[in-house]
Amino acid sequence: MKPLLLLLPLVLSAAGPQQLRFAIQGDPRTFDVLMAAESNSETVRYLTAGVLVRVNRTTDVVQPELAESFLVKEAGRAITFKLRPGLQFSDGAPLTAADVERTLRRALDPQSGSPTGDTLRAGDAVPAITVAGPREITLRYKAPKPNIDRLFDSVGITPATQAKLPTSSGAFFVAEYQPGSFVLLRRNPHYFKRDPQGVQLPYLDSIRLDIQQNRDIELTRFERGELHLINKIDADGYANLSRSGTRHATSLGSSLDSEFLWFNQAPAKTLPDWKHTWFTSATFRHAISAAIRREDMARIVFKGHAHPAVGPISPANRFWVNASLKPLPTDAKASLSELTKEGFTLREGILRDKAGHPVEFSLITQAGNRPRERMASLVADDLKAIGVKVNVVTLDFGSMLDRIAKSLDYEAALLGFANVEADPSEEMNVWLSSGAQHAWWPAQKTPGTPWEARIDQLELNQAAEATRAARKKLVDEFQKIVRDQEPIIYLLNPDYLVAVAPSLKGVVPTVVPPQILWNAEWLRLE
Amino acid sequence: MAGGPRPMTRLAVTLLCLVVVLGLAAPWLAPHPYAQQIREFTTTAPQPGFPMGLDDLGRDRLSRLLYATRVSVLLAPAAATISILVALLLSALAATPSRTLRWSLSLGNSIFLSLPWIFLFIILRAKLPLNTDPVVSVTLTFALMGVAGWAVPSRAFTASILGMKDAGWLLQARAAGLKPWRIATSHAWPHLWALALAQFRILIPAYVLSEASLGLLGLGVADPMPSWGNLLQDLQHPDVVQANPWTLAPLGLLVFVMICLEVLAPSRKVAL
Repeated sequence: MKPLLLLLPLVLSAAGPQQLRFAIQGDPRTFDVLMAAESNSETVRYLTAGVLVRVNRTTDVVQPELAESFLVKEAGRAITFKLRPGLQFSDGAPLTAADVERTLRRALDPQSGSPTGDTLRAGDAVPAITVAGPREITLRYKAPKPNIDRLFDSVGITPATQAKLPTSSGAFFVAEYQPGSFVLLRRNPHYFKRDPQGVQLPYLDSIRLDIQQNRDIELTRFERGELHLINKIDADGYANLSRSGTRHATSLGSSLDSEFLWFNQAPAKTLPDWKHTWFTSATFRHAISAAIRREDMARIVFKGHAHPAVGPISPANRFWVNASLKPLPTDAKASLSELTKEGFTLREGILRDKAGHPVEFSLITQAGNRPRERMASLVADDLKAIGVKVNVVTLDFGSMLDRIAKSLDYEAALLGFANVEADPSEEMNVWLSSGAQHAWWPAQKTPGTPWEARIDQLELNQAAEATRAARKKLVDEFQKIVRDQEPIIYLLNPDYLVAVAPSLKGVVPTVVPPQILWNAEWLRLE
Repeated sequence: MAGGPRPMTRLAVTLLCLVVVLGLAAPWLAPHPYAQQIREFTTTAPQPGFPMGLDDLGRDRLSRLLYATRVSVLLAPAAATISILVALLLSALAATPSRTLRWSLSLGNSIFLSLPWIFLFIILRAKLPLNTDPVVSVTLTFALMGVAGWAVPSRAFTASILGMKDAGWLLQARAAGLKPWRIATSHAWPHLWALALAQFRILIPAYVLSEASLGLLGLGVADPMPSWGNLLQDLQHPDVVQANPWTLAPLGLLVFVMICLEVLAPSRKVAL
């Protein structure tokens, strides 16, 4: 077996240049890996930025990368990295602890506006950085920093000078960029990693990221063999690929993403008192939730590639999900019975509250997002069965955000989260009552209800716990409260669907971003 | 021509009337409610009881097409009529001797053509209460389209009016002592009528398609109410059309109506 593997580089070179091609949906806004904030820049960052440690997307274990080893100490307050010997940037310049320190200081500088720095800081406090020689560096926080090691999965080490097309410390570097057309990455000839046979990685010579906004064209180009992968396709695209017989589409099972709706519980002037009373009633929310036929939604909107959601954490997130929570059964009769206990009555097909107000509300969702428009239509039809009238209003995304985050002039909204991290702290700004994205009542000065106060407490406590086991207990309780109160009515967890050409080898797909690309240095074409 | 309208014209008028009647009689003719979801049969080919199949939410395509015809066949021509009337009224300024008025007309026209109207529609949607009745919402949208769309036909009318200024028949009419309103109604209007009809025909499909585009901003006809515009949105997905050719029916009906309107136009011209 070994002699065959040793021949691999010869086989690869004999097959011609190894260029992987896939599409991104727009121009990357920056090639500065510390400033990447949108998905296109983040894709380039992931492929070009060398990091001290990498979270293995399949095992969820933190593995050394540029760091030869790392040690979390002082109960999660400090972390020390020891760099590998002889590290180099893609231009051959040495990479030392001084480069790591300079990178961290630049990221942590509030003036830089680096999103990476935001995750590294602890509130306004900046950790102390100590360099002990060219290969050792320590960060020390005043209080325990949750997931201190995992934070460095997204901190790309940058060179001293930031060129327009910067040199890289990762597997590839940006060699060429034609705005609106493509980004060309070439293999870093000084990349440290080798395979077990001693062959230097990455296997690929280059990666061409074609800038292609139209997903239908992307699909056609993939079918023609012009692209090697689609990192995320929708259910329609998946069905088309399956129909065309190319059979390269694969479902990775439930994704970390979720689709949901919620009611406006904020004391907004635009919301009549009686509607505010409905929306703040857990019984009302449960009844609405129980009347929605999620199985139909999964079958019709996602062609069967989605599963009824249980709560805020997808079952795909195996460690953090509260496995004791099961999907709620759809039961319109039980739903009506619950509402009757609250004083609602169904007369001539119209549900009315105690005061006789007909139960009617508007449901806003994102215009142009076909799955969400379809889900809203199905919700409206389901609720008709219990006498509730839903007026579906599709709005452009900007107007929608303005209503749900600023003016609070809405009644109910249907949206989704695309989670990029498995860790539940990722959604903390949604769950803290003071959070700007606290969907049902943003930026509360003090928690509006006792259960929101408890969620605040659980979120903050889990973030301060040093061990994952201790955090898990708190996160489980948090999920239970969300299930009991349903401030957000979870609908579905769509499956993660990808398409990979048979010629692309070494793929170890996972639902955690960046899915197919997470082990790019091991990918090869045959 | 003295023998009455040509057979083709009669046929076109008959067919157009038939389309209008089909649309207006949708509540009686549609075999199913347009919003009824039969979830066991989504995206289904034509079959007994559903002659045009069912859409992706299990709604009867024929019923939806009939109701959509009612919305589009009334509102798109209504919006086109508003545009033509506003354009004719404002273009009449070109006939005045005042250079300032003519300059103002030209300036207003250029400004209207260059404004990004889509933002006006976004503001309209933002200002409308979310629980606004869909009929009110769609009527306002078409009305706004009609008002905002005056500039394009106005250019054609202005050019035509300016072209008439040096016409021999106008000089003759003036020399004969005819009053301006008499010249306008008896002599200028017959020239403008054919042009107005042509502009009207151009604007109808433009408004139907604009309504489809506005649907992407949540400004068109809101689901579940159907319109030709939102039914045409299926055509954005070539794979869907390929797999379900009956999704082309709304486009077929639109083209059919346009051909009928086209047939009507020359007969008018000849009648003049």
